[in-house]
Amino acid sequence: MRYHTPTTFEDAAQLAAQAKGLTRFLAGGTDVLVQMRAGMVQPDDLIDLKKIAGVSEITRTDDGGWRIGVAVPGIALGAHEGLCADWPGVVEGMELVGSTQIQGRATLTGNLCNGSPAADSVPGLVAAGASVEITGPGGTRTLPVEDVPVSPGKTALQAGELISAILLPPRGENAGDAYLRFIPRTEMDIAVVGSAVSLRLDGDTVTEARVALGAVAPTVKLVPAAAEAIIGTTLDEAALDALAKAASAACSPIDDKRGTVAFRTEVAGVLTKRAALIAKARAKGDTA
Amino acid sequence: MSKVHVTTSVNGDEVEFLADPRETLLDCLRDHVGLTGSKEGCGTGDCGACSVTLDGTLVCSCLVLGVEADGKRVETIEGMADGTVLHPLQRKFIEHAALQCGFCTPGILVAAKKLLETNPNPTEEEVRYWLAGNLCRCTGYDKIIRAVMDAAAELRQEAA
Repeated sequence: MRYHTPTTFEDAAQLAAQAKGLTRFLAGGTDVLVQMRAGMVQPDDLIDLKKIAGVSEITRTDDGGWRIGVAVPGIALGAHEGLCADWPGVVEGMELVGSTQIQGRATLTGNLCNGSPAADSVPGLVAAGASVEITGPGGTRTLPVEDVPVSPGKTALQAGELISAILLPPRGENAGDAYLRFIPRTEMDIAVVGSAVSLRLDGDTVTEARVALGAVAPTVKLVPAAAEAIIGTTLDEAALDALAKAASAACSPIDDKRGTVAFRTEVAGVLTKRAALIAKARAKGDTA
Repeated sequence: MSKVHVTTSVNGDEVEFLADPRETLLDCLRDHVGLTGSKEGCGTGDCGACSVTLDGTLVCSCLVLGVEADGKRVETIEGMADGTVLHPLQRKFIEHAALQCGFCTPGILVAAKKLLETNPNPTEEEVRYWLAGNLCRCTGYDKIIRAVMDAAAELRQEAA
C-alpha cells in the first residue's frame, strides 16, 4: 500500500485518477481502517486528505452559509457555537455516530461517502438542503447531498473525484431543524429509522420545509410529499397526521434483525412528526 | 513495502520509528515504541481499550495509522502517573476496586482523564455517556463510575 499526503484537492484527484489499483481516501478513517482490518478493502493507494489546507475548518461562507472541511470530526461540530445555533439538527445527527473516541475522528463527509442508508448524519444534511463540492481531474462541481448516495455503499462520485467540502446554505430567520432516530438502546447503535425535518415559519405557519428519512430505503431519501403535507399549515393535528402518512408512504425498507418493514414504516411517521415539532420549537427560538 | 519515517511526541518525549503505512498507531506504540499499556481489544473502534489522545483529542489508536501521528502529540496511559505518584483517577480505581482483569483499565483511565479535563464536574449520566465507548466485561461499570466521580470530586477538592 502506498500512502500519499497531497496538499491540494487537485493533487488528490490526480493521484486517484492515475492510480491503477484500489484507492481509498482517508479523513477520519473510522470506516476505512475497519474495512482494511477486516480484509474487506486492501487499498493499493491510500490518499490521506488531512494535509490539505482548510480540511479541519468550519468557515462562514460569503452568502452566510457554512463550509465544513472534509476532516472536521464530530466533536468539532458540537463545539462550534455558530454552527450549532444555525443547524442543530445537522449537528445532533453527527453526534449520534459512535462513541466519544469515534467522535474525535469521524466526519460528515466520511459518513456520507460510506453510503449507508442508515448514516445518522445524512438525513439532517439532506433536510438542510446541503450540497457537496466535488473536486475531480476535470475541475470542481457541486451536487445536492441527496444525490450523492445511489445505492447501499455506492455514491455518484466518478473515478478520481472526491468531496472537497460540505456546504450548508444560510439558515435565515425563523427557521429550525431536527433529527431523530430510533434504536433499541440509548446510544451506540445503528439507526432502525432516522428522520430529519427542516422548516421555516411565518408566525405559526410553515412556509418552507424539507423532510429526509434514513434506514427506510436503499439510500437516505428526500421526501417532498412529506414537506408538502406541512407547508401552509400551523403543524396542527391534521397536518401532523398528513406528515406522518406521507413519511410512511415514502418508505421501502427491508426486514432485518433491527426492524421489520411494518415497524420501520410506522416509526418513520412517528419520528417525522416529533422531529417537525422540535424543528418548529427551534424556529421559535427554543435552543434545547 | 516502503516504510515511512515518523517523528512524533509521546507523553512529551520525542519519538521516532519506521512504520509500514498499514500499521495502526496502536501497533506502532506497542511494537515500535515499546509502550504496551494501550491494549487491543477489538481492533475496530468498538471497545476503547486502545484509547489515547492525539493532539488532545480522545481517539481509538486502532483507528489511526501510525503514519498519521507524524508531527502530532500523543498521550498514552504511560504518561498518566507522575513518576511513582499515581494520578487521582488511578488511585481511585484501586480504592474502589474498579477493575478485575484490568484489560480495559488503561483505555478507561485515558478516556476518563480527558473527560475531567473537558468537564471537571460531570453528572453520573455524563460520565456514563462519555465512557460508553469503553467496554468492560468484568465490573458491570458501577465501580468504574463511582471511581471517576470520586476522582472528579477530589480534583475539585470536594469531599464526595
